Parts: sequence; structure tokens; C-alpha cells
Amino acid sequence: MNMTISREDVEYVAALARLELTEPEIQEYTEQLNSILDYAAMLERLDTDDVVPTAHAVPIHNVLREDQVRPSINHAKALRNAPDGDEGFFRVPRISLT
Amino acid sequence: MVVANQFEMVCGLEVHVELQTKTKIFCGCTTEFGGEQNTHVCPVCLGMPGALPVLNREVVNFAIKAGLALDCEIAEFSKFDRKNYFYPDLSKNYQTSQFDLPICGKGGLEIEIDGEKKWIGITRAHMEEDAGKLVHSGETISTSNESSVDYNRAGVPLLEIVSEPDMRSIPEVLAYLEKLVQILEYTEVSDCRLEQGSVRFDVNVSLRPFGTDTLGIRTETKNLNSFSSVRRCMEYEVARQARVLNAGENVVQETRTWDEGQGITLTLRSKEEAHDYRYFPEPDLPPLVIDKEWVERIRKTLPELPAARRARLQTLGLSAYDAAVITQAKAMADFFDEALTYYTDAKTLANWVMGDMTRLLNSNQCSVVDSPISAKQLAELLQLINKGTLSGKIAKSVLEEMYSTSKDASMIVKEKGLAQISDEGALLGIIDGVLAANPQSVEDYRAGKDKAIGFLVGQIMKATKGQANPGLVNQLLKEKLA
Ligand SMILES: [Zn+2]
Repeated sequence: MNMTISREDVEYVAALARLELTEPEIQEYTEQLNSILDYAAMLERLDTDDVVPTAHAVPIHNVLREDQVRPSINHAKALRNAPDGDEGFFRVPRISLT
Repeated sequence: MVVANQFEMVCGLEVHVELQTKTKIFCGCTTEFGGEQNTHVCPVCLGMPGALPVLNREVVNFAIKAGLALDCEIAEFSKFDRKNYFYPDLSKNYQTSQFDLPICGKGGLEIEIDGEKKWIGITRAHMEEDAGKLVHSGETISTSNESSVDYNRAGVPLLEIVSEPDMRSIPEVLAYLEKLVQILEYTEVSDCRLEQGSVRFDVNVSLRPFGTDTLGIRTETKNLNSFSSVRRCMEYEVARQARVLNAGENVVQETRTWDEGQGITLTLRSKEEAHDYRYFPEPDLPPLVIDKEWVERIRKTLPELPAARRARLQTLGLSAYDAAVITQAKAMADFFDEALTYYTDAKTLANWVMGDMTRLLNSNQCSVVDSPISAKQLAELLQLINKGTLSGKIAKSVLEEMYSTSKDASMIVKEKGLAQISDEGALLGIIDGVLAANPQSVEDYRAGKDKAIGFLVGQIMKATKGQANPGLVNQLLKEKLA
């Protein structure tokens, strides 16, 4: 297998996604991601010189709405699925910047 | 500044402008300010699974309008992307923004410092959504155990305008910002209320030895919300970087934050901790195709921009300075132009607008849009001076009366009997009385003491409570004494 994705890549992406991985998981995901990329590499065999880059999978554009206010939802509804809340605020645990 | 002799400053700016649409960028929630926490929200701006964003047409219109006013190319094809990051000010864990295909491409504006003109380039401008507001329980974010989040502002449309690193001094930066905000205010795409956070600035600064071409290592200070913060922040950052460089060390490439209270910048995150935003195309929003017709339709809605307006006022006889003062704010320039349709002497009008009118508004902390004196009413007052009904001096007190009552000048003149006495017969009677009462002065004048006439005029004005037409009094008096 072509090892395009290194274990450092997996650790880096896991950190970005705030995932804590065990050693066996790191190995497993490194292998899985590489095999996915290998499979997708088939596409590289196609000649795409004359193909414009795709910005969107569905061939439509300019789906717009008029600037008219529509009712919002109330506190109770907004917070119904929130793990924690207080006086209409969502409450989140300590935010660490580092 | 000592550093100015050693290093050249290189600065570029990112300016975030809130667009004044009625609704958010991707949902129908109101953008109105205030409102109880989390009451201007819906499944879309709360990032609920399955909710589909739909782009607000007016956001696109405003972005095109601002782009045209800033001389930007408008992209025929643009799209939205997800900017991924973990911070609870947005509930989706990404901000919907534009990455490689923004709506506005290259543009720029001209600044002027001490008569020297300079073009400051704009790299791009793109549409994105604003974030929500966090309130931290502790004194600072690092000592706080939890934070409360209000998503009322999440999804409010922003235009982020990115400049080229073309600025070389703090005055250039401030001139660029003033021009930029003025142009945006003219286009009315934003209310540009800095005190409410409608416009926010990120400042990128680096230093390099004079005469070198390569850029130094830069820092970015985020989220400044006034011109004075920008100035102070830059003064601090330039001095700090110069100290680092003079000590033989390297400036660390990092994002910094401005502490208004202490007047210093602090490290927010270094390059190693920098976000890797992993932009990718937003699958929920189809791309945007803007044809020439759409652009031309918006171009027609552009107002006369500040530079053109200044030039026009100068052709009407105003000095460059007066034209700049009148056009500083669009509301004042509009007031002036409206008055000009009733009263054509632009120079006299400018003196009144910049002088007594502005003084009255300022002392009452009133903006010109709320002025109790309309442009038409001011013009009528000036016409009364031209007709000889009022002297300039009495007109000033009439203006004050107009300010407090909103009455027309002619009405006040009538009610208070303030009309200037221009009736020769009436004036001659008064003049005769004054001459009879002051034979010494008459004799002095005839003996060659020209000053004596001033005293006599004064007496006549006193006798008429200042209402005598001064030109006519002088003329009649000289005829009498001849
Ligand atoms: Zn919403």
C-alpha cells in the first residue's frame, strides 16, 4: 500500500477534531485512511484537463431568498437540546485557548 | 517615534463590516440590535442538524454595491466555504465564509496625506456570517469556569474587506480607514456605527529596515473597534517589534489581542497553535453567478461618492477644506445639497451650515438627520438676508429661535417684528432725531473726524434695536452730512 498519510497526519487531524486516539486506533486509522486514498487515486488515471473544477455537486446556482423577517423560535425551543443552559443562555464548559 | 528612523512599517488591514439587512445572511431571523438573549435564533443560525441555509439576496446586492464603490472587480462566479474551527461563538463548529472565490476581487481607494495622494489596494472582499456573543463567568477567559452564549448575532451578514499591505505609516492607516468607512457609509450598506461594533478591524503589522524589499515577520491584532484603538495598538505594536528587533531577536508570527485598559497587545495564539481551518466548499449553498446585468442594476443605485461630491462642491466655489467638511458625513452633504436647491449661493450656505448650524447641532448633541431646522427652512432664512429683510446679525438669533421652535424664519420675523427697517422715510426720521441729539459728533465729522460717523451709526442702530438696514443707514447718513 502507498503510505500517503503518515501517523503524524492522523495525530494532527485527530487533534484538530479534538479526538483523543489510542495507539491501536492511530495505527488502524492510518491504514484505513491510506486505503481510502489509494482507492480514490484511481481517479488520477482519468484525463481531467478539459474538466472545469466542480464547486457544487448539484448543477444549480443562485438559490436566494428575499430579505423578509420570519419568526424566530423561543427560548424553550432553542435550548431544548442544549446540554446546559441558564436564563436563556447556552452554557458551555471552560474554553481553553491553548 | 524613534523607531521611525530605523525601520519601515508595513501594514495591511482586514475590516469586517456589518451589512444592514433586515434579516440574517442565511435565515429569516431579524438582525435588529438588542433583544433578549437567544430570541433572534432559529434552527439554521443555531446550526441544528438538517437545517438548510438559504442566501439572502440583499446581502449579495450590498456586497456588489460596496465592491463597486471600492473599485473592486465583481466575480461572475463565487461560492461559499466552510471555515472549520472549534469555538462556541458559532454552534456549527464552522463559519460559513468565502475562501478562494470571493464575491469582490481587486480594488482600492485613494488617500491623501499632506497633499500627497496614494493608492491603497484592496485584495478582495467576501461575505460571511458573524458569530454569537460569549459572556465568561470569571474575570477573563482563562480564569473562567464556564461561559454563556447568546446566538442573536450569529448569522448577521458581514463583508470582510482585505487590503494589500500598502500602508507605511499610522497616518496612512487612519486615512485609509476613514476613507473606507466614509465610502461604506455613503453606500448605505452599513450603518457604520463603530460604537455598536458594526465595523471591526484586524491589523497586520511588520517592520523592516529602511531600504529593504523583503517583508518582516508580521503579527495580527484582532478585533479592534475604534480608530483610536487602531492608532494606539499600532503605536504599541511598532514600538514592541522594534525593541525585539533591536535586541537581535525575531518577532514571533502570531495572533495578538488588544487590551484597551492596559493599552498593550497580548499573545492570543502563536503560529504553531494557529488554526488550520481546512476550508472546503459549503455543500448546502449552491454557487452564485452574477451577470453583467445584475452588476449594472446595482451600479445605478450607487450614490455620488465622497470624492466626486467634493469635486462638485469645489466647482460651486467652495474651498477644498469646506468641501471636505461638508461631505464628511453623507447626511450633512445631503442636507447641504437639499438647501442648495432653494438657495444657490454655495459659499454663503457653506458658511452657515459649517458655522451656526453645526454649532447648534453639536451643542444639542443632535445629528443633522434629526435637525429641527430643515434644509428648506435654512435656505429661506438666507433668502431673507439677501432680500434685505434681515441683517446677518439678527438672522443668527432667528436661527436659534428656529432651532428651538422648528418655525419658519419668516414666521419668527413676523411674530417678533424683527424685519429690518429698509424704509427710507422711517429711517430718515430716526436719523434726524439722532443728529439733533448729537450735535458735537456732527461737528466732529464735518471737521474731518471720520470716526464720528461710526458713533452716529451706532446710535441709529440702538434706536432701532439693531433692525435698521446698515447699508442704507450709512448711505442716508452720508447724504445728510454731506
Ligand atoms: Zn436564524
